[in-house]
Amino acid sequence: MAIKHLEEYRDAGISNRLMDNIRAAGKTGVRLMEVCGTHTVAIFRSGIRSLLPENISLLSGPGCPVCVTAQGEIDAFIETAKKEDVIITTFGDLLRVPGTSSSLQQARADGADIRIVYSAIDALELARQTTDKTIVFLGVGFETTAPTIAATIAMARQTGVGNFVVFSAHKLVPPALEALASAETVRVDGFLLPGHVSVIIGVNAYRSFFEKYQIPSVVAGFEPVDILQGVETLVAAIAGGSPALGNVYTRAVTDAGNIKAQKRLSEVFAPTDARWRGLGIIPGSGLQIAEAYQMFDAQVRYDIKIADAPEPKGCACGEILTGTKTPPECSLYKKVCTPMAPVGPCMVSSEGTCAAYYRYHV
Amino acid sequence: MTSDKILLDHGSGGRISHHLTADLLLPLFTNEFLSPLNDGAILDLNGDRFAFSTDTFVVDPIFFPGGDIGDLAVNGTVNDVAMCGAEPMYVSMGLILEEGFPMGNLKTILASMKKAVEQAGVLLVTGDTKVVPKGAADKIFINTSGIGAINPQVRVGSDQARAGDKIIINGSMADHGMAVMAQREGLRFDTAIKSDTAALNHLVRKILANPRAVHVLRDPTRGGVGTALNEIAMQSGAGIKLFESALPVKPEVAGICELLGFDPLYVANEGKLLAFVDSDAAEAVLAAMRNDPDGKDACIIGEVVADHPGKVYMETRIGGHRIVDMLSGEQLPRIC
Repeated sequence: MAIKHLEEYRDAGISNRLMDNIRAAGKTGVRLMEVCGTHTVAIFRSGIRSLLPENISLLSGPGCPVCVTAQGEIDAFIETAKKEDVIITTFGDLLRVPGTSSSLQQARADGADIRIVYSAIDALELARQTTDKTIVFLGVGFETTAPTIAATIAMARQTGVGNFVVFSAHKLVPPALEALASAETVRVDGFLLPGHVSVIIGVNAYRSFFEKYQIPSVVAGFEPVDILQGVETLVAAIAGGSPALGNVYTRAVTDAGNIKAQKRLSEVFAPTDARWRGLGIIPGSGLQIAEAYQMFDAQVRYDIKIADAPEPKGCACGEILTGTKTPPECSLYKKVCTPMAPVGPCMVSSEGTCAAYYRYHV
Repeated sequence: MTSDKILLDHGSGGRISHHLTADLLLPLFTNEFLSPLNDGAILDLNGDRFAFSTDTFVVDPIFFPGGDIGDLAVNGTVNDVAMCGAEPMYVSMGLILEEGFPMGNLKTILASMKKAVEQAGVLLVTGDTKVVPKGAADKIFINTSGIGAINPQVRVGSDQARAGDKIIINGSMADHGMAVMAQREGLRFDTAIKSDTAALNHLVRKILANPRAVHVLRDPTRGGVGTALNEIAMQSGAGIKLFESALPVKPEVAGICELLGFDPLYVANEGKLLAFVDSDAAEAVLAAMRNDPDGKDACIIGEVVADHPGKVYMETRIGGHRIVDMLSGEQLPRIC
């Protein structure tokens, strides 16, 4: 499983040369947003933040799926977990996210059957082996994970597994970019677009967004050299006044993306309006299970509605997710809100901006 | 959200476990031997110093590539005693068995305990067995305690790190944790990753050949190297600087960690130690370690510095800096 060629994307010499170019293209007060939580963490872990010149600020956007999951959605997950004869299956990150009065982790300690799985396929397998229970898979994530969940639902229908359902709280990246670009309080000079999401949706998926707003945007990978190439491209475009939609992650991302995965997505899911923590309702930014697959929709089966839950008092996750505040500017940060006792989701997920600041910020 | 119930996080070995120990246990039982919260207590018996340590093993699965709960239980306690700078001598064994546990499995586990005891050169001198009804325990739990004598010249402790010390590890990180992880239900990887479980007392004897040069010995088990170094930094009031490019991780272990979103710095080890050594003596200690089968891949991964007291930071491959924090709870697989 060794990935030898990755070494060159971690090379100190190449990184230093890119950093020189970034410094040379210097312009005062450039605000770049990395939209993806994996980028946020990679930027901290590689120490890029400590190396960038002061005129470039990196803002962390709403690209951690756990972080943007609305509090009302978490409450609905917990409500589902309390139903009789239900086993909840979920990716691990979601366990600690606080809802209004509890978390899935707390619900588990209180007796709910909640299990961590590594893929929706494992949840389907559990359903096959546990016919006296209904297995609910919590579908939280972006375009990256949604296709495998779509494929699993299709597989469940094909093989007639009736005790498997999905609670879909999936979200889509391009509508969130639009919401950010059109918000008056948000100022972003360039977007570092997510690598994994783009593998699925392709560069073309950002075309209409880019043409409308003309903000320099570039798809980048996750190694230090990838990220620095992305920053270099953005800084050059900003300095030259020539906005472009670019891709420096060509070893994984194409213009068209993964057509097969896109087909699966549009077959099993349908776009819907969705509430994002901190951003409110964004039209067409969520995925609900399409009518043809309704028997696999947990919300339909258990008649669960997602209520509007107020976000915790004093929590600045909303401003942080839109880049208008940094974590140290939140009054709760490190005082009452820590990874052990997170108030907002940005502190919970390992890819949340606050957790990344807490863990890695020198 | 503070919990009124015990969560799995309380046993992670990270910050939440640390709070449980410091806030709940220590105030009740505080005394001069317990308070340093070292791997074991250093006792003074008529002028001779002894190290005394206990540990409980609940690993699931009980058999994993490279070992089982039996040798783990012996090696874990032998190592905790050895990390106090002591020569482990005697161990005890307490077994908690679940009704219905296969006799064959018990025999296999006892056989590997016997082998581990022999390899470590210690004697199992007392023990106890309890059987609980089905469901009241998960298959088998093992508690071991150990005791050993400390050479009067040796003065190691987690509060003894001082600026200038070189930090040595005896080999690659994260092997045990990822071997167990890969074996666990749901992860059907076909890998060659093996637990590194081993008794380190013979290696420690070589390291302590120059006793005054060694300031800290620590086995980075639960919580991994990252958590152990944070505890040492805090207890010593010293800063620790790590070199990312020097951190040893086997490529196959790095691959699985990357796939699952685990940081090898926080993954458990069972046959690794960290030694903080005077910089003048570091090369000699390294050479001595490399002569031992459990130390052949020993290398320097960092140093103790005067800045950033109480904190661990890393110089990254590309020359940047970042903090290496203590693990906050169980490491959870990432979502994307």
